[in-house]
Amino acid sequence: MPSPMTASPARHSAPVRGSAFYKFAKQLVSDKYLILMVLPAVAYFIIFHYLPMYGVLMAFKNFSPSRGIWNSPWVGLKWFEQFFDSIYAFRLIKNVLLLNLYNLLWSFPIPIVFALMLNEIRKNAFKRVVQTVSYMPHFISVVVIVGMAITFLSPNDGIVNTALEKLGFAKINFLSEPGWFRTIYIGTDVWASFGYNSILYLAALAGIDSQMYEAARIDGASRWKQLVHVTLPGIAPTIIILLLLQLGRMMSIGFEKIILLYTPSTYEVSDVISSYVYRIGLVGGDFSFAAAVDLMNATINFVLIVVFNWLSRRLTETSLW
Amino acid sequence: MNYARTTSGRLADAAIAIIMIFVIVICLYPLVFVFSMSISDPLAAAAQEVWLFPKGFSLNAYKLVLDNPDIWKSYANTLWYTVGGTALNVTMTILLAYPLSRRSFVLRHPITLMIVFTMLFNGGLIPTFILVNNIGLYNTRWALIILGAVGVWYVIIARTYFSTIPDSLVESAKLDGANDIRIFWSIVVPLSKPIIAVLVLFYAVGHWNSYFSALIYLPNKDLQPLQLYLVKVLVESTNLADSVLPGEEKSLALMQIKYSIIIVATLPILFVYPFLQKYFVKGVMIGAIKG
Repeated sequence: MPSPMTASPARHSAPVRGSAFYKFAKQLVSDKYLILMVLPAVAYFIIFHYLPMYGVLMAFKNFSPSRGIWNSPWVGLKWFEQFFDSIYAFRLIKNVLLLNLYNLLWSFPIPIVFALMLNEIRKNAFKRVVQTVSYMPHFISVVVIVGMAITFLSPNDGIVNTALEKLGFAKINFLSEPGWFRTIYIGTDVWASFGYNSILYLAALAGIDSQMYEAARIDGASRWKQLVHVTLPGIAPTIIILLLLQLGRMMSIGFEKIILLYTPSTYEVSDVISSYVYRIGLVGGDFSFAAAVDLMNATINFVLIVVFNWLSRRLTETSLW
Repeated sequence: MNYARTTSGRLADAAIAIIMIFVIVICLYPLVFVFSMSISDPLAAAAQEVWLFPKGFSLNAYKLVLDNPDIWKSYANTLWYTVGGTALNVTMTILLAYPLSRRSFVLRHPITLMIVFTMLFNGGLIPTFILVNNIGLYNTRWALIILGAVGVWYVIIARTYFSTIPDSLVESAKLDGANDIRIFWSIVVPLSKPIIAVLVLFYAVGHWNSYFSALIYLPNKDLQPLQLYLVKVLVESTNLADSVLPGEEKSLALMQIKYSIIIVATLPILFVYPFLQKYFVKGVMIGAIKG
């Protein structure tokens, strides 16, 4: 509430409309220092996040940098048609979906299982060591991780191929074989993130009321039964929320690791929408077309994320007991 | 939790212990291997005799790596971006998060909505690139510092933290005549050391490990950070050997050089990590509660 010292000179002006607006204006003034504080960050968001949204228009135009967005000729949905008519559309979308599916299959459950196992360890020192070691890969940069993968899997002198040879198998050119790409991608993903992602589940596990375990024990439940009937339901809300959020991201995948890991011979499985946009748009200079593809992807993602976020909020309200 | 000492219980414990040891090995082995290879005798390394422990001892690869001025320049750049970038990040983040934590802040909802929306939708890679170009940040150091100046997720975490500062504290300070800026500076900030620590760590690691912004905005080699240098050497396998080594030493040493560079680039993080690990965990937890 504003302090009683501020005068209100608007007492004579038009009553109803004036007072609502006036209250708002008065609050703006009383919060002026707070507004000052947020100004730089807000300006940042407007300039670097909202202004580019205007640039989305270039997806509907034949953009040339010299003419700028405003003066470039309008082409409507031409780029979108071009994209869907091309052989790439199916391939790219398929790759995104498949990579995310594998992600769901592997990268999602492993942290959960890991957290459950950690939870069973009673020697605290051992538990802490495992945790500390398991979080570490998360902090290694994606460049180093890919660099290690590339070097280990190198066709001539990588350690993996050397081991294969010693065991009597043929060498495999991992990075050029489309069949290996997903495995390498998901494998490095799991390695880097399983420990870090387990933190959330560990927190949820710690939040389960120990009296529930007591009650179960009194009822004669074995350790396994306790896991199934107390632990799992206890972290079910967390799992569901995270699962739904993950589903909302089914059509989106970051290109940072992909463009380091893929080679032209693996494009048919490794090229995704975001890496395609990068290659065609930034490297190839086909701005408008790439922007159109990007816009289509962003819109799909937006719809998916909103729908699943909403679902998650609705469902977890009813699943909480 | 006391479990009866049943055989199946013991078996489960043993199985879990074995799996955990396996986990530790999997997490550590790649780095141990890289390290061993990097300090081994070059001939042994090239002959693929190194599996876990180094064979022979040679710092030759490191000498080659460290004699190259490019890596020092990249390191200096990364330090610049990390320190400067993180300072800007943390400042802007808490300046934004604190007012948003005050329930009475008149612009609380609109601003919160505005920044959360950016997590769902943005203009895309190309329009952002064109914008950065038009503003004149292309090929300048500022591109890496200003871009990503504020992370929405971190603002939310900070806001959650600040909301634990009671309104009554702020009110009584106001009654004493302090304005919001004074309150923020003299009361809120000193109370915020934990969240500032978490923010510094998250942002700093982000800067240290980032490569993509540099890839698209910094064609000038002199401005490029360490990770981009690593991309060139490890992923694109260009020129390092050509620029540094004569003739036949090239193929022998190239792999060792790669491994040495990995160690040189990752050592700071590995070194600092054990001490800071608990702050990261705390940060993730705070974020989780809000999420």
